Amino acid sequence: MSTATSSPAASQPEASTAGRTLPLTEGSLPQRLARGALTPGGAVFILLAVLFIAVVWVNPSFGEPPQLIRFIGRTAPIAIAAMGQYYVIVAGEFDLSMGAVIATQVVIAGNYIGDDESRVLPAIALMLLIGVVVGVVNGLGTTILQVPSFIVTLGTMLALGGLVRYLTGGAATGNPVDTFREIGRGGIQDVPVLEVLPYPVIILVVIMIAGVWLMRSPFGRTIIATGDNPDAASLAGAHVWWVKTRAFILSSLSATVAGILLVGYAGVHPSVGAGYEFTAITAVVLGGVVLGGGRGWLLSAAAGAFALELLFSFLNFQEVESTWRPTVQGVIIILAVAAAGRAWSLGRRPPRTSPPAPSAPPASTAPSPTTARPGTETGEI
Amino acid sequence: MRRKIHRAPMAVASALLLGAFATSCSTEDPTDSASGTDESSETSESPDAAESPEEGGEEWFDQAVYDEQYEQRSATFEGDPETPWLQYIDGEMTDTADYKSNKAGKACFANASISNPWRQTGWITMNQQLKDLQDKGVISEMETRDAGDDDNTQIADIDYFISEGNCDAFIISPNSTAAMTDAVERACETGKPVVVFDRGVETDCATTFIHPIGGFAWGIDTAEFLIDNLEEGDKVVALRILPGVDVLEQRWAAAEKLFEENGIEAVDFFTGADPTEIKTFITDELNKGEVQGVWMDAGDGAVAAIEAFEDFGADLPVMTGEDEMSFLRKWEETGLTGLAPVYSNFQWRTPLLALEKIFAGEEVPKEWVLPQTPITEDERADYLEANDGMPDGHYAKFGGEDLVGYPEVWQERQIP
Repeated sequence: MSTATSSPAASQPEASTAGRTLPLTEGSLPQRLARGALTPGGAVFILLAVLFIAVVWVNPSFGEPPQLIRFIGRTAPIAIAAMGQYYVIVAGEFDLSMGAVIATQVVIAGNYIGDDESRVLPAIALMLLIGVVVGVVNGLGTTILQVPSFIVTLGTMLALGGLVRYLTGGAATGNPVDTFREIGRGGIQDVPVLEVLPYPVIILVVIMIAGVWLMRSPFGRTIIATGDNPDAASLAGAHVWWVKTRAFILSSLSATVAGILLVGYAGVHPSVGAGYEFTAITAVVLGGVVLGGGRGWLLSAAAGAFALELLFSFLNFQEVESTWRPTVQGVIIILAVAAAGRAWSLGRRPPRTSPPAPSAPPASTAPSPTTARPGTETGEI
Repeated sequence: MRRKIHRAPMAVASALLLGAFATSCSTEDPTDSASGTDESSETSESPDAAESPEEGGEEWFDQAVYDEQYEQRSATFEGDPETPWLQYIDGEMTDTADYKSNKAGKACFANASISNPWRQTGWITMNQQLKDLQDKGVISEMETRDAGDDDNTQIADIDYFISEGNCDAFIISPNSTAAMTDAVERACETGKPVVVFDRGVETDCATTFIHPIGGFAWGIDTAEFLIDNLEEGDKVVALRILPGVDVLEQRWAAAEKLFEENGIEAVDFFTGADPTEIKTFITDELNKGEVQGVWMDAGDGAVAAIEAFEDFGADLPVMTGEDEMSFLRKWEETGLTGLAPVYSNFQWRTPLLALEKIFAGEEVPKEWVLPQTPITEDERADYLEANDGMPDGHYAKFGGEDLVGYPEVWQERQIP
């Protein structure tokens, strides 16, 4: 049955699917890569490559290693946030609180650390703790209280937004000490070719590796299974509430790390992190991850973030006014969701040529010229 | 069969690719044609370049007001230069004999917001001024409603004051010009004194309208500084907070006009004062080519702009920020060529002092134009010293040195 490709026409849909249980793991590596590139999760890498070529085309200096590594560095917070959002989306939920978590962390860093260098480590611990707490609240609200995650995270978003406004009055406060900001702003100097290796790039790579390892662990498998079908996952022995809660914790922690990097990169301002939840969701969707869960790759989400930022840079280089960004983002969300949903379902299951058995007899009874074509296939059914 | 299965996703994937490109292309076109300012001015003096910038700027550019503010920058101000918040340009005065009162009055303040460091600093100063006037028995209390940057909220606030506030006088800092006009007129109809300050409204019913010279003056001061310090053909990145706010739009309208007349290539971006956006825009611009100047319509985020040059390893630009401490400090630290334009923060004292005059029956200027003088590099050290210990969001020309609570109240920046 594995030679199904050679059989003529749309002959054996049922048989061919039965033959390939795990389509994405068979064949040689190049074959698998080629096949993977054709799924939405893989296509984003092609998109990324095309956008990169387009950007370098309009602006060759962008392709020089020092500039490129800086671009990766400045995109790291968005990519980290997108990977955090990925865990939640692949588990079948949403996290809208991400931007507010980032803003909260940024403001806490500014207010709590201030000029006191000795507070850097306690501050990081405090920020991570806050990240975990927000994740737990989101997770338990969604699973135990059965409130849709859309609403729970909207609630935490508003609550944290209020907190930020209370702490700052809506205006910037002072920046924390430079040692803390180094995490997001500094890097290893005098690196050959690159000139500088920004710390955010290192942090991004570490988080990517950890994330890939996590998604290959039993937890990763469970989270995808839960997103695909929570009932089935539950029957199979997964604690759905705990799996989803952990996904939310991972998301809030990613937002926290993004916040720490952004304080360094940009400085303290209540608007830092604004819109990050949607940027992250756009990136995840652009990475071919299916909203509703159960399908998509972690690194595609990160690639989606890079593709999005490249697109924005491309628009900048083309002198397109920045006010167009939200519009572009909105159109991308719609297009990507439409395309990804369709493509995954096509890739997963051959289109059932609308029930052939029942529809064929009435068609054949009708004295129409089309009887000739079904007739050629009836022999095989 | 498998080939067929995989052809569909490929089609969709390529559609996605195309879709993404279609989006980028289609969004390019309208902006290019609508405001091809940047692109066309970059290449050459094409006929388009001469037309399109005016389209964008015309809406906010008003030659008469521009000329007036141009003159006012060098006008003589009445009053003591030691108390600039009481100075004004000689002009029509409002007679306030009818408002004379012997007892302390209640002031009702409809504030647009305190959502930026400039407004926060002014708000602190205003409250300290209030304490002073309460001690003198001029004002009994001030009831404040904060509209949180929302027109509708502020209209409701004003109407509340009119119907239930039991106010003896109104102070209004309008959120936006056109939307607030009717509400201000309703306040005027009560027959009680109405003091409008900062942003204006389209009616002259107010007892006095207090404001620094204005946005065009800011734009002229800053653009002239950059033009003097740059060569023709140099590039300036203009960082703007928001579209649609008159005081900010006028700053840019004036600057844009002057840049164009003097062959300075300017690109403008809206940043929402978000330092992440500021850094991204500047880095992208530096990637494209050299940037010799940075112009800001408000100093919020100036530090991020300078850091973008530092991080990129580029030469620091000639730059105009604002008299916010963060910019003054970074300016001194880096030694760049800069100017700190001022949108006189001390104007927040004036409305209450105007009420003092009004309750005493003294005449006040119908349009109370306060001085607005940028801080130059020579004066910078003095202002840094005078404001030593103040937080980064503090404004050097806040004008509250003689008020109670100085300097602790401003240093701790406890927002009332």
